[in-house]
Order: sequence, then C-alpha cells, then structure tokens
Amino acid sequence: MRALISIALFAVLYEAVARSGWFAPALVPTLPAIAARLYDMLADGSMANHAMNTLYRVFAGLALAAVFGLVLGFLMARYRAVERFFMPLVSAFMPIPSLAWAPIFILWFGLGNVATILIVFYAASFPMLLNTWTGARAVNPLWLRAAGSMGASGPALFWKVVVPGASPFIITGLRLAFQRAWIAVVGAEMLAASDFGLGWVIFDAKEFLNADIMLSSLVMIGAIGFIFERVVFGTLEKTTVLRWGMVRTAKA
Amino acid sequence: MIEVRDVSLEYDTPQGKVRAVERAGFSARESEFVCLIGPSGCGKTTLLNMIAGFFAPTEGEIRVNGAAVSGQGLDRGIVFQDFAQLFPWRTALGNVAFGLEMKGVAKEERERIAREQLRLVKLEKFADSYPHHLSGGMQQRVAIARALAYNPRVLLMDEPFAALDALTRDEMQRLLAEVWRETKKTVIYVTHNVAEAVYLADRVIVMTPHPGRIRAEVPIRLSRPRDPLSVEFLEHQKELLRHLTQKEEAR
Repeated sequence: MRALISIALFAVLYEAVARSGWFAPALVPTLPAIAARLYDMLADGSMANHAMNTLYRVFAGLALAAVFGLVLGFLMARYRAVERFFMPLVSAFMPIPSLAWAPIFILWFGLGNVATILIVFYAASFPMLLNTWTGARAVNPLWLRAAGSMGASGPALFWKVVVPGASPFIITGLRLAFQRAWIAVVGAEMLAASDFGLGWVIFDAKEFLNADIMLSSLVMIGAIGFIFERVVFGTLEKTTVLRWGMVRTAKA
Repeated sequence: MIEVRDVSLEYDTPQGKVRAVERAGFSARESEFVCLIGPSGCGKTTLLNMIAGFFAPTEGEIRVNGAAVSGQGLDRGIVFQDFAQLFPWRTALGNVAFGLEMKGVAKEERERIAREQLRLVKLEKFADSYPHHLSGGMQQRVAIARALAYNPRVLLMDEPFAALDALTRDEMQRLLAEVWRETKKTVIYVTHNVAEAVYLADRVIVMTPHPGRIRAEVPIRLSRPRDPLSVEFLEHQKELLRHLTQKEEAR
C-alpha cells in the first residue's frame, strides 16, 4: 500500500514535467501516451515476447551464477587451499564490469543468447559467491558442536546445519545477484542480443526516436524487477529466515 | 561411568604456553550427578569440553564407559550455556528429533520420542514453536530434551542456567533434578554457583585457577528433594566456599 503511494506521487511529478512544455512531447511523452503504447505492445503480444526472452536470459544466467557461487563459496569456506587459490582471482575479476566483457563475448560467441547469458552470469556470480562464502564462515560454531555431538558429519552436517545456518547470507546473495543480473541483462541485450528482449527494444527504439516505446520498456523492466524483489524474494525471506527469527524486521 | 586420569591441557599464546588444566583426575559412577565448580579461568569448561571430545588433552586420558574418548560421540549429550545453541530453523520438536534423525530413526518414531522428551521438560505444548518464540528458560529445556533424546548415557552440561534470572534458575534446577531422577543419566555439570552445586550434585569437584587444578572433592549426602534453607544445606555451601577461597589466601 505504502509502495503504491510512493509510486503514485512520483507519477504525478513526472506528469507535471511532461505537460510543462519545457521538453518536446516526442522526447518526454505523457503517462497516458506511454500507457497507450504499453497497452498496444501488451495487446499484440510483442511485449510479452520481449519480456520472456529477457527473463529466459536472466534466469539462465542467474541459475548458472547460483550454482557456481554456491559450490565455490562453500568450497572456499571449507578448504583453505581453495580459498587461497580462488581469492586472488575473485579480487582480480570482480572489479571488471560485466558489460566490459560484452565485445569479447560477442567476438567469441557471436550475437545472441550465449553472449548475453554469459554477461548476466558474470554479473550475478560475485554477490552469490561472496555471500555464500561469508555465510558459511558465519555459521554459529555452537550449532556445529551441538550437531557434531549428536552424530552429524559429512553431507548431513552440511545440508542440515551449514546450509540453513548460512541461509540469511545466501538469500541476500541471491537477491543481490538477481539485481545485478537484471541490470546486466538490459545492457547486454543492447549490445549482444540480435532481435528480442526488453533491452534490445530500448536500443532499437532509439534509432526511430520512439521515446514512448523506450519508456514502455523501461516501465516493464521496472515492474518485473519490482515484482521479483518484493514478491519472490520477499516471500522467500518471510517463509524462511524471518520465520526462524534469524533476521528481524526493523522496529517502527 | 567416566574416568578422568591425570589430564592436563596446554595451549600456546603469544605470551608463551599456558596450562589451562593441570593433572586433573576424578571419576563419576553410573547415574551419578557430579558438579565441577570453580571461578572463571579454573579450567572447568575446558575439562568438560575434553570429556565431550571437542579437543584432546595434552597429557592424560579420559574414558567414558570404558572406552577412551577420541572426538565427539553419541554416548554423550551436551547442553551449553548459550541459548543460541538451538537450531533456529527447526521447531522445538525438530531440534529434539535431530540426534535421532542422524541416527537414522524413522520419522514417526523419532517424533514420538521427541514429544516424550518435550513432555519430560514440560514443553509438549510448544513442540511446533520456533526457538525465537520461546523464553530463555524454555530454550534451555529444549536443549536438555535434545541432548537426552538420542539416549546418551552421559549428560554434559556447561552452566546451562547461568544466563537465566534467579527465579527461573531455581525452577530449572528443580526440573533438572526431576529429569535426572527419571532418566538416571550420569551427569557432569559445570557451574560457578555454590548453591546450585549443593542443590544438584551427589559430589562436587572444586577447582581453582592458574593453573586449573582440582582442589577438593566434596560429597553431598543430603536427601532429595533438597531444601536450600536447611542448616545442612548451608553447611555444605560454607564448606564449598571455604575450599574455593583457600587458594586466594595461599597466594
């Protein structure tokens, strides 16, 4: 509800600017004009098509990043040698923006899904990796002792104590990874996608000065991101770490 | 039955070697309640942790039911002082059932046993609550039920009630005395509270620090349930206090 009020206030502000006459209507279209364009694109199914393409790339990249980040993160937390070997590589690769890889990936894999998904994967991997690594090291040693004295070891100890014990970090890692992935996919589509995707729509519309299409696509990108952040990750947190009291909601 | 023979523990610090425990030796019979008492730094918790198998002594030997201790084992249940020892992602029932789960007991059977254990500590109504919804005293009761559920012969307790308020602590001590009478476990109980030791123990091992040494063994032969206001109870407290302060004078 409060989210709606924030968004409505912002919309009013935008509309006032759009109608002020300071900018050309073609460049700053009014909300009804954007809404009409968005409706058309939704009605003819083209927006859904673009969105599905984008979502596919995000989730392919995110899934790869989650597997990579979880596996390597837990290994780094468990084995000193793995940590020693990979930490310098992580430090070296992490500061490189994922989009800086776009030209190279396009050169290697051509335009299309492979290059786009790799860019998403690159962007999402680091938050997943660092959070898993930290989460596994932050597991309360008392839980490990208690579990050990109850006969837990090996895979049982890992799955039933280390993983849930690290879950607040892992969920936050997943959340950050999704954010990074969602940002990266739009940029990647502008450079590396050939004909579908929300990012590609924006880039393509620029050629024809279609600000309403560009803004429609931006609305769509924002809406999907919002839904995932609030609904998917919000629910995930509510049913796990919040319910378990491992994280708390802020006091009023 | 537990035997601790000539156990010492040394560890390295930047200032050099520190002897945390110096040639400690005592034993506990089957179903005996033994308290280790002493001020902070006397090595009582360290000694308990070695019996639990968290680390090995530098010298000496510890045997539980005839077998030398090497690492953790299902023959010993352990309860810590910190409430955070429970798994927050499991309900009270799930926590208590954990050891049985590790043992491979079928789901229905382990839930039946876990419920029984929760009844023993009077928490059957809270079986489905998560630890963060339980008070400190309740969490410690779940921890006791959890340590008993897989039926170890020995229960090791490290100041389990030290972080509770005085009234709750009294209640917990009565409950523990009851649980012990029903389950007949051998208990090693670490505390720095003299009244607690006299209330619970068959025998009290008094330790003093720098280095951690066993100073005296005091049997408590009062009938149970014990009355903390009786003259004999106070006499025993005085005796323990005398042993605990002797060291200070000698220094």
